[in-house]
This record gives sequence, structure tokens and C-alpha cells, in this order.
Amino acid sequence: MPVTQFKNCRILRDHELVREDLWVENGRIINPEELFYVQKRPPAFQVDCRGSIVAPGFIDVQINGGFGYDFSFDEDKTEEAVSVVARGLLAHGVTSFLPTVITSTPETYRKVLPRLNKRPGGEDGAGVLGAHLEGPFISREKKGAHPVQHIRPLEKGFETVKEVYGCLDNVAMVTLAPELENACDAVEGLTERGIVVSTGHSAGSIMDGERAFKSGARFMTHLFNAMTKFHHRDPGIIGMLTSKRLPLHELYYGIISDGIHTHPAALRIAYKTHPNGLCLVTDAVAPMGLGSGRHHIGDMDVVIEGERALIEGTDTLCGSIVTMDGCIRHFMHSARCTTVEALEAASLHPATALGITAQKGTLEYGSDADFVMLSDDVFVRATYIAGRQVFAAPGQAFIHEPVQ
Amino acid sequence: MPVVIRIHIMRLVILDNANQVADWSARYIVKRIRDFNPGPDRYFVLGLPTGGTPAGTYKKLVEHYKEGNISFKYVKTFNMDEYVGLPRDHPESYHSYMWNHLFKHIDIHPENVNLLDGTCSDLEAECARYEAKIAEAGGIELFMGGIGPDGHVAFNEPGSSLVSRTRVKTLNQDTIQANARFFDNDISKVPTRALTVGVGTVMDANEVLILITGQHKAYALHQAIEEGVNHMWTVSAFQQHPKTIMVCDEDATLELKVKTVKYFKSLHQVHQRLIEEEVCSSDKAHGNATRNGYTASGHGDKATGS
Repeated sequence: MPVTQFKNCRILRDHELVREDLWVENGRIINPEELFYVQKRPPAFQVDCRGSIVAPGFIDVQINGGFGYDFSFDEDKTEEAVSVVARGLLAHGVTSFLPTVITSTPETYRKVLPRLNKRPGGEDGAGVLGAHLEGPFISREKKGAHPVQHIRPLEKGFETVKEVYGCLDNVAMVTLAPELENACDAVEGLTERGIVVSTGHSAGSIMDGERAFKSGARFMTHLFNAMTKFHHRDPGIIGMLTSKRLPLHELYYGIISDGIHTHPAALRIAYKTHPNGLCLVTDAVAPMGLGSGRHHIGDMDVVIEGERALIEGTDTLCGSIVTMDGCIRHFMHSARCTTVEALEAASLHPATALGITAQKGTLEYGSDADFVMLSDDVFVRATYIAGRQVFAAPGQAFIHEPVQ
Repeated sequence: MPVVIRIHIMRLVILDNANQVADWSARYIVKRIRDFNPGPDRYFVLGLPTGGTPAGTYKKLVEHYKEGNISFKYVKTFNMDEYVGLPRDHPESYHSYMWNHLFKHIDIHPENVNLLDGTCSDLEAECARYEAKIAEAGGIELFMGGIGPDGHVAFNEPGSSLVSRTRVKTLNQDTIQANARFFDNDISKVPTRALTVGVGTVMDANEVLILITGQHKAYALHQAIEEGVNHMWTVSAFQQHPKTIMVCDEDATLELKVKTVKYFKSLHQVHQRLIEEEVCSSDKAHGNATRNGYTASGHGDKATGS
């Protein structure tokens, strides 16, 4: 199979940006030494990366929709929604995502879930790693924007989970409140099925959180938002960031760093407390990706002003409309971290949380060739999936020169 | 009938420091390849070493390549040696060394690169294969090497036959100790044997270029050029090679006679011309028909009449 050599770039490898070439064959990143010494083949194509940073493709584990579509409300247009969003995300450097469905009815789950198929990314858009089901097993007090009438308890633990969601085949992550009765049973059941359980939308205490983690939970949904406020005598589940009773290296948490949903100081506190677990998420809603101005989404009228999306006629935020690359830049600025740390928070960390680092989230030999070409200030120049250029910013396309 | 005039001369180019040695040697190699004017029907065959000293030369060669001064498209390489029993992709293998220091940065074709395979089951057959490959390539035009503190070239350690060919060598204790630092300071992890070209193999090359830097090599340099040809200091064999250049820094001359150092330093201008001079058009016309000789004053290469 033809080999492509990406030259004149800095790649993210072993937690550093190094001046190395990246070699791709058949959709995977390969070891060039083996190609040289054993196969004795030169590359078929060479690409001058113009000094770009090459990072693993970004992974968004919490995104409710975008470009005018919503995964929870457009239940009759699921395929279209996934298609449009997946394609639009390429411009943000996202190569894999979890379409997120908020608290809904069993009928909605039965309609939508079977259509949220896991699928590889490509020219048509970013890959779907599975659905993220946020609710309905959450705290009524901490519902955020979820419809309160559909929030429900876990009467029979994992049995209820199966009854409400129906088929779990396409589910990658579930957010639930750990303080609910029978939560631990649900956590165990889901974890055994290979589904990542996240604690969130919770009024629980640190003990509730730790119990869930002991049962197998390993993620936290949008830290700080919709959870017990941190109090110095009662830290809530936020306190788990320093828990000794958990294997800390296994605790990951999403954080929305759009400059709006989390105060920069809060971001810094989380980053300094547990940097390795930090995963950037957009939690983007349908108006994301639409230009400034007025939009009608579902049954809402929304106004986009700059980086904010407001319910028309009010000052109420109706959700985040940040892009993943925007999150990375905001994060670097607020947390004052290195470029490498910010890039890993959007790639390596979510991949590790999902247990998929063998294929995604790194540029190691053998992993999928999903990567992003970035400028020094982390703007997307081009996005690659399985070694193919699936997006290029205007005027920025990279040329694959055939080798003579 | 062409008359080939051969003037046997050993050159000792004395430079200030290791960086200058790297720079000079790289320029020399670039010039030699360009003057040779290799093409699809006649490759420039280069013999290469590994180790600390040539690392600087490789860095400079890569720079020359990146600046467009040289292409390795029609260059074939043969490395001197490789450990026995170490996987090719081990970070300390000489395959890894050459990939990281040179091959991955330049435009050499993988088919034109030759290294000994220390992992194969029949090591003797591998050595014979390597010698045959060198012969098939037309012999080595320029063999670059370094020397050990005990005067060894490649793994031809003291006591090696001066007419030896490519073979398996058991490494001596000093070498193994010196290598331990690359293997987590664990002696048990250090390879005890290596495949190496012989002294005779290197002597067959048209030209030999030896790099010697540092005070710890000074005594070996003294033995190499001021004492007799002796198999306890195998690099001394090159006194009998028709075209040898030794390039060293000040520190490496510390055990030489003042007289020797003064003599070779006085030839500095001559040595500079070796890396600057434009090739005569007559050489290009005659191609590889003759073996070039150097006059004592180094006034360019004169191809003999045909």
C-alpha cells in the first residue's frame, strides 16, 4: 500500500512536540524504520507540513448537537443530524465524538439509539464512537436545562437502565447521579458492559461519588456545572479530584472551557489539582456553528452574539456554542498550561477515559491516522482521518507530492 | 595503454576541535561524491561507522543535504558492524543509530543501504554474503571510520589479523564495560559479540577516512602513525593503504612528536584545498577509469592519459 511521509512538522509524541516525520500507510501510523530496513520501500507521497504542529485528532465526549441540529430533539432526523454535525466538526479538528442525548423518554431512546451507530470517520465526517446518554437518572435539583418531567429514579438499578434505554449496543457513556438509590448497581451493570459511567448532574456528597467510583465509574460530567457546589467542609463530588481512596490516575473529568461556563480560576484549580484527568468537552448545543444572529432551533428562538448563545429577549445562556479548537485555546490561555497539555486534554485524555488509546488519541505506531495540522496558536489548518485530508481551511490545503 | 601513477600518501589533517573535524569530514565526503558524479549506472559506495565521533559528521551531512548541496540518490552504503543478538529495532542497535543519525533525514533509497544482520541464524553465511555484496557493488570508494582508545577500527580489536575479512568477533571486556552505559548500566544486557568488517575489508576500499578526536584517542593516534604496522593497534594497517586521510583535533595530537604535528599543520593550506577545490573537467571526462593520485603538494587530481 502506498506510504505517505509527512515532513517539516512537529508531532506530539511521548508528551512532547518533536521534530519528526509522520509516516502513514493504509489509514494507520507506521514505524518508518521497519519500512526502511525490512520492507526496503521508499514513500510514495511526501507532504510538506509547513512547520505545522501535528496533534492526534480531537475527541469530544459531550456534544448535544450543532449546525442547527439537536440529537435529543430531532428524533426523526437522527441520521441527518449525525451526518451534518460529523461533517461540521472536521473544521474544529474533531475526528471522533459521542453524540449526546439528554434526559428523554423511553420512546425517544428507542427511536434514536439504534440510529446512533458507531461508525468510523472519513471524508463525510468525524467518527462516532458511541452515544453519551446524559440522564434521565440524575438529580432533580441539578437538572440544568434537562426536562424535569422525564427525570426518573433507578428503581431496580441496572434493570431500570435496560428498561428505559432499550438496546445498549450503541452506548459508549452514561451520566448519572451517584447519590440515587441503586446507583451502584447501575454503575456495576454498565461498567461490566464496557460502558463508561460518569457522575454528574448530582447533588451528592463526596462519599456518594467515591461509592460510584468503587463500583466502576471513572468519569465526571462537566466539572463544576450541575453538581454540588464546592464547600470547604462539604466538597461534594468535586472533592473526588483528590480522593486517595480511588486510583487517581483512573479518574477523568470533562470540563467546558469556553471562557463562559467555567471561570478561569475554577479551570486553574481543576488543572492544578488533577491535570492528567482533565478532558476538554464542548457540551455544544444546536446553534453551535451557525453564524451570529437569530436562529430558530426546535421550539426556541436563539440569538448568537459573538461566543454566546442566548435565549432571545433574555440574557440567559442556552448552552455552549464553543468549538473544540476554541476550547483548547481558551484552556491554554486560562490555565496557562503548555501547548502539549492542552492538546492532550482534547485527545489523549478522552481516549484514555474511553479505553481506546490503542487506536485513538495518540500518534503511536499502529494507531489510526487521525490527526490535525495546527498553527502555533492552535488554529486548525487541516484535519486528517485514516490518513486522508478530510478538511482544509481555506487556502491551507496540504499537497501530497508523488515521490519520483 | 593508460599509465596509472599512484602516489601513496597518508594525510593527517589537524583541526582545532571536534566540531571542525565534523565539518571538514562532511565537506570532504560531499565533495568526493559530487566530484565522482554518481548516476544510475555508477553508484558512489560509502563505508560508514557508528559511535560518538562520526555523529557530528552525520549532522553536518544532513545539513548539506537539506541545503541542497548533496543528494544520496546514487549513493550506496555499507556499515562497518552490528551487534549480534540485538533486535534490529533495539534503540542501541547500529540499525537504529544509522536511521536516527542519517538515513531518516536524507534521500537515500532503502535498497542502497547495507548493514550486517546480527539476528540471523547463520552468522558466517551472513558475513560471506556481506563481502559478496560489497564486491557486487564494485568495492567501496570511500570508507569512513573512527578508532578506539586501543587503536581498533570497527570491532577489529587488538590482536585481530590485519588481513581479516568480515566475521564474528567476541567483544573484549573493555568494550563491554564501555558499552554498559547504553544498556541501563546492566552488564548482563550488553551484547558480547558483534559482526564486523575486517581490517582487510577496509583496506580494499579506494580511500580511507579516519576521524580521531579527544585526548583519550591520542595514544592510539601515536601508535597508528608514528609506530610500526602492528596488529595490536589495528588502525596502523592504514599506513600501507594508498590513500588514507586521518582527521583529528588538537587534543588527539597530544601524544605525537612536536615534529610530526608541525609538519602536518604546515600542510593546512593543502588540506583546505581538498574540500574547496573545483573538480577539473578532465576528471569528469575520464570517469572512473583511473585511480586518482595526489601529489605531495596536493595540486588537484590528475587523470592520466588514455
